Amino acid sequence: MDALLRDHLLTLVVFLPAAGAALLLFFPHSARIAARNVALGVSLVALAASLPLWTRFALDQGGFQFREKIAWIPQLGISYAIGIDGISLLLVLLTTVLTPVSLLFSLTHVEKEVRGFSIAFLVLETGMLGSLVALDLALFYVFWEVMLVPMYFIIGIWGGPRRIYASMKFFLFTMAGSLLMFLAILFLAIRYHAATGGWSFALEDLYRLTFTGSTETLLFLAFALAFAIKVPVFPLHTWLPDAHTEAPTAGSIILAGVLLKLGVYGYLRFALPLFPGAAMRFAPWLGVLGVIGVVYGALVAWAQHDMKRLVAYSSVSHLGLVVIGVGAFTTMSLSGSVLQMINHGLSTGALFLLVGVLYERRHTREIDAYGGVAAVVPVTTALFLIATLSSIGLPGLNGFVGEFTILLGTWLSPHRWWAIAAATGVILSAVYMLTLVQRVFWSPFAHEENRKLTDVRPSEFIAAATLVVLMVWIGVRPNDLLDRIRPAVESLQKSVAAKQIAEAQP
Amino acid sequence: MTSSLPLWVLPAIPLAGFAINALLGTRFGKSFVTAVGVGAAGLATLAAYSRLVPFVAGSHATVVETVTNWMTVGTLSIDISFRLDPLSALMLAFVTFVAFLIHVYAIGYMHHEATDAGYARFFAYLNLFLFAMLTLVLAESFLLMFVGWEGVGLCSYLLIGYYFDLEDAAAAGRKAFVVNRIGDYGFLLGMFGIFAAFGSLNYTEVFRKAAEQPAQFGPALSVICLCLFIGAMGKSAQVPLYVWLPDAMAGPTPVSALIHAATMVTAGVYMVARCNVLFRLAPEVMLFVAGIGCFTALFAGTIAIAQNDLKKVLAYSTISQLGYMFLACGVGAFAVGMFHVMTHACFKACLFLGAGSVMHAMSGDLDVRHMGGLKAKMPITYWTFLAATLAIAGIPPFAGFFSKDAILSSSFEAPGLGRLLWFVGLFTAGLTAFYMFRIVSLTFFGEFRGTKEQAHHVHESPSSMTFPLVVLGLLSVVAGWIGLPAVFGEHANVIGPFLAPIIAPIAGHEAAHEALPHATEWLLMAVSVAVAASGLYLAYAWYAKQGGRTPARLAASYPGVYALVADKYRIDELYDVLFVRPLAWLARTLWKVVDVLIIDGLLNAAAFLVELTGDFLRFLQTGNVRNYALTFFLGLIALLIFVVGAM
Amino acid sequence: MIGSIPLFDVLLVSGALFSIGIAGALLRRNAIQIFLSIELMMNAANLALLGYGAALGTHQGQVIVFFVIAIAAAEASVGLAIFVALFRHTETIDVNKINLLKW
Repeated sequence: MDALLRDHLLTLVVFLPAAGAALLLFFPHSARIAARNVALGVSLVALAASLPLWTRFALDQGGFQFREKIAWIPQLGISYAIGIDGISLLLVLLTTVLTPVSLLFSLTHVEKEVRGFSIAFLVLETGMLGSLVALDLALFYVFWEVMLVPMYFIIGIWGGPRRIYASMKFFLFTMAGSLLMFLAILFLAIRYHAATGGWSFALEDLYRLTFTGSTETLLFLAFALAFAIKVPVFPLHTWLPDAHTEAPTAGSIILAGVLLKLGVYGYLRFALPLFPGAAMRFAPWLGVLGVIGVVYGALVAWAQHDMKRLVAYSSVSHLGLVVIGVGAFTTMSLSGSVLQMINHGLSTGALFLLVGVLYERRHTREIDAYGGVAAVVPVTTALFLIATLSSIGLPGLNGFVGEFTILLGTWLSPHRWWAIAAATGVILSAVYMLTLVQRVFWSPFAHEENRKLTDVRPSEFIAAATLVVLMVWIGVRPNDLLDRIRPAVESLQKSVAAKQIAEAQP
Repeated sequence: MTSSLPLWVLPAIPLAGFAINALLGTRFGKSFVTAVGVGAAGLATLAAYSRLVPFVAGSHATVVETVTNWMTVGTLSIDISFRLDPLSALMLAFVTFVAFLIHVYAIGYMHHEATDAGYARFFAYLNLFLFAMLTLVLAESFLLMFVGWEGVGLCSYLLIGYYFDLEDAAAAGRKAFVVNRIGDYGFLLGMFGIFAAFGSLNYTEVFRKAAEQPAQFGPALSVICLCLFIGAMGKSAQVPLYVWLPDAMAGPTPVSALIHAATMVTAGVYMVARCNVLFRLAPEVMLFVAGIGCFTALFAGTIAIAQNDLKKVLAYSTISQLGYMFLACGVGAFAVGMFHVMTHACFKACLFLGAGSVMHAMSGDLDVRHMGGLKAKMPITYWTFLAATLAIAGIPPFAGFFSKDAILSSSFEAPGLGRLLWFVGLFTAGLTAFYMFRIVSLTFFGEFRGTKEQAHHVHESPSSMTFPLVVLGLLSVVAGWIGLPAVFGEHANVIGPFLAPIIAPIAGHEAAHEALPHATEWLLMAVSVAVAASGLYLAYAWYAKQGGRTPARLAASYPGVYALVADKYRIDELYDVLFVRPLAWLARTLWKVVDVLIIDGLLNAAAFLVELTGDFLRFLQTGNVRNYALTFFLGLIALLIFVVGAM
Repeated sequence: MIGSIPLFDVLLVSGALFSIGIAGALLRRNAIQIFLSIELMMNAANLALLGYGAALGTHQGQVIVFFVIAIAAAEASVGLAIFVALFRHTETIDVNKINLLKW
């Protein structure tokens, strides 16, 4: 048992939710309460199982830890190869935290097809976790696609009025990018076969391939496009407002909290180290698009009447900053970007959760339908305010640490003006978020229907409070995370530099 | 008995008070909240003084205490460290004491108004503010100061919007935060520049490097200082980022007194004084600082003379006095600027608390046109208000005289535009005396002009409110005596030498400072007193004796000018037209045109094209078997041709 | 015997039969007539197979003819069964009128 835990902890964490989903298949359709409790229980067990990953993570190594490798389809060189480094460790934990939070919230709000919802969510969790730990490109692709289907159903069945349009848009958009990536993966494998005679899709093997000029550019673009759609980078972002707005609250939390990060993660894990020359050549594009995303997302957020849509556009703005950090590619900005991914997952997750609290009671997302509700739901107000402050980067909370390091790191790179332009985000984010807070929570009490609003239930409170506690913790003790990010970022920079030198030689 | 309380305890006490009141306050009632809230402020004050007394009496050497590392990323390593030196000691002294007095005042002020939950919320926020302010003052690095800087901004937002169900209050809170954020943008860029230039955000390191090798930092330093000053302009309400302060008066009066008069707004001045080494290496920026300060002082002063809301007058007066402080810093007299910060804290807090007392008596009415003759019924309020007014007007021996006079004489002896700055400052001093005594006359002298119910209700405030008034009133009298000018003797000036260590010498920039000849000093003093006295007398004559006939006639003969000034030069409306509306239009356009029309339009068009193709192709499915058979046949022919042709 | 008939003549007849069969299959409206044409095509193929078998002197042609006859019988039964069921539903065996799979 102990050996199982020691050697296969990561596999356990990744497949526990899928096992739970399989278990739920045997439950009758009508066992709603049992189904959702089982799902919540399984996700909590997965969370508990992922905690040793944190505690046993060695801080001084730059490579992957908790590695496992079993041959899957040896004739094609596809293996089950998994492992985590500092970056994926944090994202894995973010996933295992946000899933129970979402399921906890859904405990009292999903009424129809509960069993189906639970199964979809658990399969989704496995897909996300698998994508984060896969070190074999074919395996990664499988998990990447596994993520799409449950999300499609979650939005399409349990979503809002325009859910069909939103889920189709989400699916087709993401799929288009993924297909290009798939072609690139196949090309890589064929190239490897041509070079060495053997088949392999393993990342460490494919890292050794070098490309030049237009080949590298095309391959890089194929990968980068898939990830850019996921992040999303302007102007490929328009699926996000629809998907986030129409998804059920739990779906929005997971979508904003984890799925978007997979785009950045994929870029850092695959596109960048496999094709560093092209990546460095395109980095300025990334930075510029990031700057546009920050300002554009913030301004469009300000113009929204729909609460969820506003938060969705704020995600575009925040992730623009993350993209800038990746484009600037200094140690500080990269570390900041990784940290900010976690921060954004927590703060935007909390915002969607609390918007959901209001929505589930009044069934409207229109800002004008509210007003002055702080008098009726003070605890919700307080939690929302904290999440807002984290989102706009108040020092002392997590958002500030990420923002500051990204901006400072970018300032120190050759692209200082990105920092100058993106820092205006601190003004704009205050504008749109505080306007939202003012019009929903403060201001004179406008609509009598709001008197019937009830404050957070225990399940909702625990879910939101968990996120708030994490926000404060990371704000006060960011080193806990930064220490784990540092070796991964440094090793990434080293491998990119080394490969660039290797490619430069004829 | 020199066991020193660690510096980090000082902000920790009010933070604990905040946590307790926020989580438990509603459950245990008002007395509990009072005990915790006021107690925390009092404890913090005692703790602060326990560190200050040995500091002042013994050596004034700078003390730096590091608690732990906050974050380490790349080349950036920030510790949570606190610093006690003459500058932070001075701030600590009056910030804690004035905050404590205002906490006491708030007991009486908030007691009637708020529910248990609201009362707890108020004191929780006040404690949080004190925590943030102490962090700001005691920080040893720019980043930690920024934590406190934004923290006080947050508390300002929460407390201005305390009456959150009033649209004015909620909007004012948001405006304060956003305008402050514009300043913070400058502060952030300044910090980035500092790190890029000096490799650190730590005061000791940065100022040492700047003082030892000024030549290697060149023009970048000017830009950095300008960015830092933009931050100061936002926080300390200078033109053009002052517009949030008058609106902030929508918050409860203790908030106005504490945050928007005595402490938070002075953070900008503190920051400039703290960074004096950097600023002294950027003379153009210093000129800019002085110019902005001087202009703001005049600008706000002119608005104040035409306002009828008691708190608004005080708000513009604060903006004006802050201008004086920046004027002092801009001409290089940083210690003098801080001196004025301290005296201003005393008399402005006194004025605001007095206004709160009047507001209480007038059942919430702040319009001075409805007041009058309150002197008889509110003697304590009257006398303290008068003392503070004389202080702000600059009448010796009250506090404001010494600090303001020091500012004026520093400007006078400054090279370049110094004389002009002095003149404008002098004129504004006259204005100050005028508008302050105007409201004293309208409020306390003459006949009562309000309603019968109001007249019935007028009474002196409870002792929890008058006690702080008396203390602050006394301070308004004596606080200036630590900064007597040189004409009174070699060692008359205590605060100058006390603050001297923070003005570190810069290699190669020897300060050529000859003091003004005594005769000139006496002359300048006499002139300021004369100007102030004439301002006072004019106000007295027009408002107390005449009952306001002359100013009314003047206003009637220049209605356009009067309306403009009374409407604060319509600057808010200007900003709305110049910035807010275009930005809102841009936001809507980006959404509707770029996002919906163009990007989504393209996507939906692509989907539509696919649909169209499908619609077209489906006509091939005629359902008629014979058509299918024909297709088979033709395909077969084609295949045969292909195969036979290939052979 | 068929072996004494020139191959070309056998193929000619087979080709003619096949063409008539195709023409019938494509041009007829009555389902039964289409079936008859298909049978005709199959028998034409049979003829060609027999001719080649005789000309090349093997039995393989005749063996394949057995297969083809069996398949033709099976296909005819299945096809007629489908049409009987369809007739019950649509009351017609005019293939022009049976277009349930139309767009």
